[in-house]
Amino acid sequence: MADRSEVELRAQALETLLIQKGLLTEAGIDDRIALFNERVGPMNGARVVARAWVDAEFKSALLRDATSAIAPYGFVGGQVDKLVVVENTPEVHNVVVCTLCSCYPWAVMGLPPKWYKDPAYRSRVVREPRKVLAEFGLNVPPEREVRVWDSSAEVRYMVLPLMPERLAGVDEDTRIAAIQRDTLIGVAEVQ
Amino acid sequence: MNQTEAPPRELDGITAPPLRNGELDFEAPWQSRVFVMAQALCEAGLYAWSDFQASLILTINSAPVAPDQPYRYYDHFLKALTNLLRQKGVVVEEEVYALALQLGQLEPGHDHHDHDHDHGPHSH
Repeated sequence: MADRSEVELRAQALETLLIQKGLLTEAGIDDRIALFNERVGPMNGARVVARAWVDAEFKSALLRDATSAIAPYGFVGGQVDKLVVVENTPEVHNVVVCTLCSCYPWAVMGLPPKWYKDPAYRSRVVREPRKVLAEFGLNVPPEREVRVWDSSAEVRYMVLPLMPERLAGVDEDTRIAAIQRDTLIGVAEVQ
Repeated sequence: MNQTEAPPRELDGITAPPLRNGELDFEAPWQSRVFVMAQALCEAGLYAWSDFQASLILTINSAPVAPDQPYRYYDHFLKALTNLLRQKGVVVEEEVYALALQLGQLEPGHDHHDHDHDHGPHSH
């Protein structure tokens, strides 16, 4: 049986060939995956964030040991063996990358976007995070520190974004719906 | 794409994809990409879904039994899709292997088990 990397390369080769032959487009595949993501219900990470915003005890447990804090949710497997949640504050903005490949906590963040694997994102976000974030439409003021967290096979990171004022006092479903995947990676703020 | 139709398309019995809490369980990005590629090509009219299902059954049934190995559904899924596309004259298997080899040389380091780069925060 082929090992993981070998089969992954064959999948990538097949996709490339089918795109070259004009039978598929990369954007078409991305769109389908995005649609899929929406249809499989709210991302688990959004549920966790929506709760942490209003439950101080849960939030503190989450920041202390995210793996244990989310255990009761039963998001088993899917690369959350060791999850670390990093909190955005008015003083600090966090962003997640995996510089070597594309480690990503599937179980809490859903399907990863294609650009997350892009070598340009992976290298540039470490070197010039403010510039990369600005390209995503997120301008972090100079006085706000930017911290870049490098995921690995052993540790995955998720950002706990700031809750916008408009979400204070709204019900949980509304909060969950407001939390987009990109805010958990740290390339966007919750609007 | 018919957006009212819920994924996955019907695959049951031994062709059923792994689910977790009732949702499709992908272990890696390539698996979700291969999954939606199979749907997209069917909808583009390259084959009937029953053709794909038959190819998947054949692939799973002809795979060597390895009880000590984890079951790799999407390895079978990729092989079934490649075989079907070969039968339909869309791709040549050697072409896929050659390109995979090339991609492997272009992109070292996707295998995550033997790297030693530092992880953790970089502050800016």
